[in-house]
Amino acid sequence: MNRDQMTVLVLALATSLTVNAETLFINDATVHTMSSQSVLQNGDILVREGRIRAVGIDLSAPSDARVIEAEGRPVTPGFFAGINQIGLVEISAVESSVDGGLAIEGLRPEFDVTLAFNPNSSVIPVTRVEGFSWSMLQAYRSGSIVGGQGQAVSLDGGYGSFLGDKVLFIDVGADASDLSAGSRAGQWMQLEQAMAEAASEVQWAPEPLLTVAGRQVLRNYKSGGIVVFNADRASDILQVIAFSKHHGLRAVISGATEAWMVADQLAEAGVAVLIDPLVNLPGSFDELGARLDNAALLNEAGVTFAFTGAETHQARKLRQLAGNAVSNGLPYEAGLAALTTSPAVIFSLGDDHGSIEENSVADLVIWSGDPLEVTSVADQVIIGGKMDSMVSRQTLLRDRYLPESTELPRAYIKPQ
Amino acid sequence: MTFRNFFLSLALIGLTSSFTVNAQPFPSTYSPLPSEPVLIVNATLLTGTGERIENGSLLISDGRIQQVASGNETIRAGDAQVIDAEGRWVTPGLIDVHSHLGVYASPGIKAHSDGNEATAPVTAQVWAEHSIWPQDPGFNRARAGGVTAMQILPGSANLIGGRGVTLKNVPSISYQAMKFPSAPHGLKMACGENPKRVYGERKQTPSTRMGNVAGYRAQWIEAQKYIQDWDEYEAKKDSKKNDKNGSENKTPTRDLRLETLAAVLKGEVLVHMHCYRADEMMTILDMADEFGYTVSAFHHGVEAYKVADELAENNVCGALWADWWGFKAEAYDGIQENIALVDRPEGSCAIVHSDSEEGIQRLNQEAAKAMTRGRRAGMDIQPEHAIRWITANPAKSMGILDQTGTLEAGKMADVVIWNGNPFSVYAKADQVFVDGALLFDRNDPERQPVSDFELGQQLGAAQ
Repeated sequence: MNRDQMTVLVLALATSLTVNAETLFINDATVHTMSSQSVLQNGDILVREGRIRAVGIDLSAPSDARVIEAEGRPVTPGFFAGINQIGLVEISAVESSVDGGLAIEGLRPEFDVTLAFNPNSSVIPVTRVEGFSWSMLQAYRSGSIVGGQGQAVSLDGGYGSFLGDKVLFIDVGADASDLSAGSRAGQWMQLEQAMAEAASEVQWAPEPLLTVAGRQVLRNYKSGGIVVFNADRASDILQVIAFSKHHGLRAVISGATEAWMVADQLAEAGVAVLIDPLVNLPGSFDELGARLDNAALLNEAGVTFAFTGAETHQARKLRQLAGNAVSNGLPYEAGLAALTTSPAVIFSLGDDHGSIEENSVADLVIWSGDPLEVTSVADQVIIGGKMDSMVSRQTLLRDRYLPESTELPRAYIKPQ
Repeated sequence: MTFRNFFLSLALIGLTSSFTVNAQPFPSTYSPLPSEPVLIVNATLLTGTGERIENGSLLISDGRIQQVASGNETIRAGDAQVIDAEGRWVTPGLIDVHSHLGVYASPGIKAHSDGNEATAPVTAQVWAEHSIWPQDPGFNRARAGGVTAMQILPGSANLIGGRGVTLKNVPSISYQAMKFPSAPHGLKMACGENPKRVYGERKQTPSTRMGNVAGYRAQWIEAQKYIQDWDEYEAKKDSKKNDKNGSENKTPTRDLRLETLAAVLKGEVLVHMHCYRADEMMTILDMADEFGYTVSAFHHGVEAYKVADELAENNVCGALWADWWGFKAEAYDGIQENIALVDRPEGSCAIVHSDSEEGIQRLNQEAAKAMTRGRRAGMDIQPEHAIRWITANPAKSMGILDQTGTLEAGKMADVVIWNGNPFSVYAKADQVFVDGALLFDRNDPERQPVSDFELGQQLGAAQ
């Protein structure tokens, strides 16, 4: 290696290091801080070493910063992609590519889907380039009403990018009646026994519901761990509140189609919900109360809520869901909060995620327009302080087929 | 031979034989609901013909669109009620070419699972309309989203699933009273994974894609023979005396399955084929050539963008989602520019379809997403063009474009007044007219129908 080559190598190394630790300065944005600063017109954001270092008006860009001219476009925190199986499923109907549920019978709270998480799944960039920076990995109920444990995860592509503590998933109601011998009352019977087993130090006899490992896991949740109950019917929601209060669980309710009917009880108990605001049809007899203003009514009642519901591959649809909630009476900033601060607070990640504040993780999105509007797109995603390439398998397929005609077969077109 | 003539010939056969074939069983009993003349003024009109008219006016009376006018023309109101649509947009009623409302009704209980006769790979004899539960609350929700007509199809478990039916979206006790007058039936067919999975798992054919194709072809061969038998019978029946062999000219046995397939080969029933992969669409086009029929639309077509030119050349519509992908292997290559790319060639026919009780309520939003992705990829797609994806193009694929799907004088007055630009997440249908009758008004509870099923639910909690 001669001196010139060496110089090139050193420069290249220096450049790549600079990219990794890049200082970013977003200039002149409409910043939805989702904090006490509210919305900043002509706002600036300074990002260094993966964190937001300053947010305000008329900040000056450090000399080493890469300046991104937002030209007034909206900037939000990276959105929450909902409760789903991103990184646990490649193709839903291809069993060998699906790891989100345990099909063995019996209550197995120790089942932990984070062990199956694959950050190289194509679903991650597909979702990320649409403005989504984190999601909640769900252990899907399969063999019993206890799905197992999941965890929040950053969509930054890291192998161990998990956020916060583990979360336990339990499914109740008609949806899970096939797993509880035909009655939802049997679900509570099973859960009561499981809690009793978890509290006991002796080996349960003769036929325990839980394994030794399962008892230990469940015991951990009794001291305030987050348990996500999937429930839709108003009466089931009240059962969740009562059960969780009795056992010291921190309940979160997903589905919650009829939550608006018991909004005051949810608010009083401080139980948060995750809802799909498009649900306005009685998909089952548990959802006869489905209505488009569920979010608006929960908001009025002071219930903390976030959005979920779009299935794994369509997690990116969540902002359309939020737009529809706003269209049906939810105040705009509350709609944004249900994709940002609210899920972060619900899953105890509020210090680092969900808002644009000094020292929070620099997950940011610059939008072409109103982020809840179907005619807007994410122009640029910044995740963990890094500029995303904005490339996914889908953008590459698009770029391969976009030219109207090609000399060679399109297999020779390999877009970057 | 036209659709009507075919049945007429069957009827004539009936007259000369010992049995009677009803020319049009399960006929439409639809009649427009009462309406008053309406003149909509100051609206932004998206006509569905590709035109956008600012400050436009639209006169509706006797269930028909009487006149469409731009800002500098005036229409005499006469006795019409005048609606000032200042700031609002008006489009043709939206049309969904792919819906399972009524056959997979809400609530989605087993008792309502009526969309797949998954007991044999070919069930061309079944008709989706015989499964429709008109009390499905989904019909009312879809109307609130501006949908005035739709095709209800069987599911995709089978190679040939059965006949689809086109409905006017009106509240009704019977499906016959929803049935779109003189609309041809559709025939639901399916490529790919679903049929081979359903029957392969039972160790029956088809268990492969090649099995799928062999399965369709055998059916078309039978249908050709069926047509031939009837043609021969008809040719001979008036000249019995000349029958050299002296054999009796027997009436061929009527077969509902082959009757449907024969109607496809005669061009009277339109083929709507569930097909995801580009290579399979090319196979199907060759098969259609082999047997001399045309495919009206490929449905779902997640890979349609790879063969957009071929679809346009063959005059086949692509009925597509804006962004669904990944739920099965044949949906792995989905991209959000699919609809825009299918729309790009000259002579194309891109359609936004729902296949969903949620999506059908928001066809305008789905079209808006597809339009946006096309624009971002450099294609100049305006609302006046994109509206065709959910109006004129589905109407064309369903054989009803001569009656609805655009705002043109003489057509059925299937019209939506939107609170603004429909290509927005915040857009709402203010008023929905079907054949001139105001069937939904967002601001008038008296024009917001409720199905029998939803009436009186949850009174306990309210008291």
